[in-house]
Amino acid sequence: MIEAKNISKSFGDNDVLKDISASFEPGKTNLIIGQSGSGKTVLMKCLVGLFDVDKGRVEYDGRNISDMSFKQKKDIRKELGMLFQGAALFDSMTVEQNVMFPLNMFSDKSYEEKLERVNFCLDRVDLENVNRLLPSELSGGMKKRVAIARAISMNPKYLFCDEPNSGLDPRTSGLIDDLISELTEEYQMTTVVNTHDMNSVLNIGDKIAYIYKGELWWEGNKHEILKTDNKELNDFVFSTELTKRLK
Amino acid sequence: MKHNFFYHTGRYCILITEAFKRPDRDRVFWSHLFREFKNLGVDSIGIVAIISIFMGAVVAMQTAYNIDSPLIPMTMVGFTTRQSVILEFSPTIVSLILAGKVGSRIASEIGSMRVSEQIDALKIMGVNPPNFLILPKITAAMIINPALIIISIGIALFGGWLVAALTNLVTPQDYIEGLRFWFDGYTVFYAMVKTVVFAFIITSVSGYMGYYVEGGSLEVGTNSTKAVVYSSILIIVFNLILTQILLT
Repeated sequence: MIEAKNISKSFGDNDVLKDISASFEPGKTNLIIGQSGSGKTVLMKCLVGLFDVDKGRVEYDGRNISDMSFKQKKDIRKELGMLFQGAALFDSMTVEQNVMFPLNMFSDKSYEEKLERVNFCLDRVDLENVNRLLPSELSGGMKKRVAIARAISMNPKYLFCDEPNSGLDPRTSGLIDDLISELTEEYQMTTVVNTHDMNSVLNIGDKIAYIYKGELWWEGNKHEILKTDNKELNDFVFSTELTKRLK
Repeated sequence: MKHNFFYHTGRYCILITEAFKRPDRDRVFWSHLFREFKNLGVDSIGIVAIISIFMGAVVAMQTAYNIDSPLIPMTMVGFTTRQSVILEFSPTIVSLILAGKVGSRIASEIGSMRVSEQIDALKIMGVNPPNFLILPKITAAMIINPALIIISIGIALFGGWLVAALTNLVTPQDYIEGLRFWFDGYTVFYAMVKTVVFAFIITSVSGYMGYYVEGGSLEVGTNSTKAVVYSSILIIVFNLILTQILLT
């Protein structure tokens, strides 16, 4: 379980996160939703330790990463996988080298074992015959899949996905959502997904945290979100014709 | 946000300290090092050769044109060309050229990785990004640049010989005799020390400018330009300091 306890983060005079407390459960797809600029990306970066929090703390199964040394943080990061908004694949490496990268850095397996693991991960995300391709030769959806394969190559306990659907068509978005949800259940990972895609919210939102102007405004799940009477959340969720019909 | 000189100096020192930690995997470091030998060294031989041959030729020509007095022997052309090339032209001018070629490459490569979140991806995996990205470049440049400068010196002196062979300004015999006259090996040592320091400046400053890019592709371009400008200024400043320390 990942817990954010009373975390605050400012940039200059701009208070981006204000005293946020939230927990993200294992084996569930935990979503952080909110409008653009609401602070959800900053919250995720605080959770993974890319930003230091000004106040409060972040705990991974009771381990407080806010107070950890560089070495301790480094160790805990080996238990973490992350899918970035733009996939963040290494341009100069092939798909195979990208997925093998964490294994090369942190495992003592032989090349054959690593290759077997790479092929397993690529197979798991439904990619075939792409080992020798460069990221520039892949479509947006394929890049996201390769990034997921890389993220799960080390069997992470915690998976973070920053806007996994951005720039994808609705069908590919759905496939990526399903993949994230399946992997979460299969490996019992604590998965945190940052999104403002309402399809994702209604498809895979086992637990949802709504961030509004840097504050945790609402918590619930994909069923409760349709029945809530929270005004700000309703304005956000039912802002399109399609979602208004759901209501 | 505007930051002052002390902020950048402090952040640069922290970055270089991080870069000089022991690599996570020696094998990965060595493979990166050899890749950088090619990227920073072998790929620069062409431009170094072209600049050096013309530089040597021009120094020889200008020296010959300026020797008016019959009391000064024409062997001075070879001697002056050798001294100028070894002491200043090859280590400093070629390093300034490399600051443009290699510096902009490093800053744009690392800067692009920053804006496309590849550096964040490395951090998340538990990799030390400055150590992974910058250390192989610094090490490779500090090893390969002295070799480039030795090549540059050889080609520049050959350029001077071509002037002697193809014009009537000085005879090839006088030029060769001048080249061999009163040679002091310490000048080569001085050139190598300067080259190693300049290589460190080029790679570390460019690495710093790339690593801390904020924004998008426009800022990558801006920081690449700054990397070249700051590296060039520091090369000129350290040229003076090293000359004061080593030659006086």
